[in-house]
Amino acid sequence: MRSFLKPLLTIAAMALGMAAVVPMPAWALVELNVNKGNVEPLPIAITDFQGGDALGAQISQIVTADLKRSGLFAPIDKSAFIEKITNPDAAPRFDDWKVINAQALVTGSVSKEADGRIRAQYRLWDTFAGQQMAGEQFFANDANQRRVAHIIADAIYERLTGEKGYFDTRVVFIDESGAKNARKKRLAIMDQDGANVRYLSDGRSIVLTPRFSPNRQEITYMSYESGQPRVYLLQIETGQRELVGNFPGMTFAPRFSPDGQKVIMSLLRDDGNSNIFAMDLRSRSTTRLTNSTAIDTSPSYSPDGSKVVFTSDRGGRAQIYVMGADGSGQTRISFGDGVYSTPVWSPRGDLIAFTKQTGGEFQIGVMKTDGSGERILSSGFQQEGPTWAPNGRVLMFFRDSNGGPKLVSVDLTGRNEQPIPTSNFASDPAWSPLLE
Amino acid sequence: MGRIAALTRNPVMIALVAMLAIAGCASKKTPNNAADLGLNGAGAATPGSAQDFTVNIGDRIFFDTDSSSIRADAQTTLARQAQWLNQYKQYAIVVEGHADERGTREYNLALGARRAAAARDFLVSKGVASSRLKTISYGKERPVAVCDDISCWSQNRRAVTTLSGAGS
Repeated sequence: MRSFLKPLLTIAAMALGMAAVVPMPAWALVELNVNKGNVEPLPIAITDFQGGDALGAQISQIVTADLKRSGLFAPIDKSAFIEKITNPDAAPRFDDWKVINAQALVTGSVSKEADGRIRAQYRLWDTFAGQQMAGEQFFANDANQRRVAHIIADAIYERLTGEKGYFDTRVVFIDESGAKNARKKRLAIMDQDGANVRYLSDGRSIVLTPRFSPNRQEITYMSYESGQPRVYLLQIETGQRELVGNFPGMTFAPRFSPDGQKVIMSLLRDDGNSNIFAMDLRSRSTTRLTNSTAIDTSPSYSPDGSKVVFTSDRGGRAQIYVMGADGSGQTRISFGDGVYSTPVWSPRGDLIAFTKQTGGEFQIGVMKTDGSGERILSSGFQQEGPTWAPNGRVLMFFRDSNGGPKLVSVDLTGRNEQPIPTSNFASDPAWSPLLE
Repeated sequence: MGRIAALTRNPVMIALVAMLAIAGCASKKTPNNAADLGLNGAGAATPGSAQDFTVNIGDRIFFDTDSSSIRADAQTTLARQAQWLNQYKQYAIVVEGHADERGTREYNLALGARRAAAARDFLVSKGVASSRLKTISYGKERPVAVCDDISCWSQNRRAVTTLSGAGS
């Protein structure tokens, strides 16, 4: 089992036997359809996990917060609960939950093992069908308490929506502090809900645009530490850094290929224009993908690695283009009224997220990969830089207001916008794949 | 308001006021204008000094939105810079390109680079040796003016000619 951090190796899951013998129907209680009008969030009761002193309540709280923020669930206030769960392994009194309109019920327990690990288990009940829908248990060390809760939230989300969750993930971003004309920028990493912030650079040089490797262990980013702005690789755990390529000019706007073997980025030409190159991290060979007397930047691979979407102002103002991963067939796909930049291909492959400037506003939107079906999800005075949750259902971006940038997430309906809590200003979020 | 109206009749005064306004917003870390260098105005600088360049020649030019074309007023400034740089050849030169915040981060890095290159190319066309010139883009990461409107954005869309190497 691969892991993101060494201590996480101890997370192990196993299915819990069904308390009800009826075979589980494979339908989802929540339908995900971005084109539908109002998605009615599913009323769900999440009881405090039994045992573990405060830990049981804390796990329940994290699961509740994750599900609530997704916009697909409406956790019911605990004060409305009628049945007090004393044995989380026994079938609950379904009528007590139906009467408060809890369509789904979560029970669980947490305990300390003799070896110091935590054992957490949950059961998900369909109150109207009167049966268990899912049940699993996990072992983890103390440092991973929050991860256990996120993994349980992912399991519930997946069982009830039919889609993978995105709660057991991290975000790398730029922590910003100080006055606007003397901003200190630091690389930082945190859980997707804003917990467990850790700094990866000291703030002495400007750092920008961190992006996750598909293996979750590395990030690529841009730094001014050598004087000349360049793209670097950073091993998150060891702190080991290296320059990506040895080019004469500025390198910027890096992203990994989906197999993690390449970094694609912009390289400044001597004439002041920027072209897109891909560098193979093992052979160190570089391939030029564009060769225009224009700004070509913000490249992002399709999840199958066969195509690249990027920004170019070759047509006058910045627009979105798609090309083959070898640079072939460069085609403009954005034709709306405005300036388009920072395209990012969805991990599902179906959509491209972008930043659009029009009418004095900055918008975050999505379009199909041929440029059709543009939908604006969020508009504001200054906001940019979308990144996809690994399930392709939620975007995170940064919005500058009240003196500095903060992180915000929005789902594909555009109706569920959520602030991501950070203690300082924050920009350039990049969402990790699901942890392992 | 009356005072501003009076000033607008005198172009020289406008230039001075604009320069002081910019100086007031500048980062203290990069002394590239009169206020940062502890000077109160033109005339105090030794000819051939960095202060002389900043105060009497003008170290920066400004650009239109999303453009790297050298405007007529910028051409005048750059021509003056070139003349001075050709006289005082002991300096190495770094041209910084900057963008306002009304663009995305990566695009603005590219735009700043293009502005720096345009200013550099103009200086070269006026006889400054290209071997003395380097460029760097800061995109929108180093604004000198920090308000949220046009008056600030126009000051941030700039190329700044900075002197290094041997100096007095």
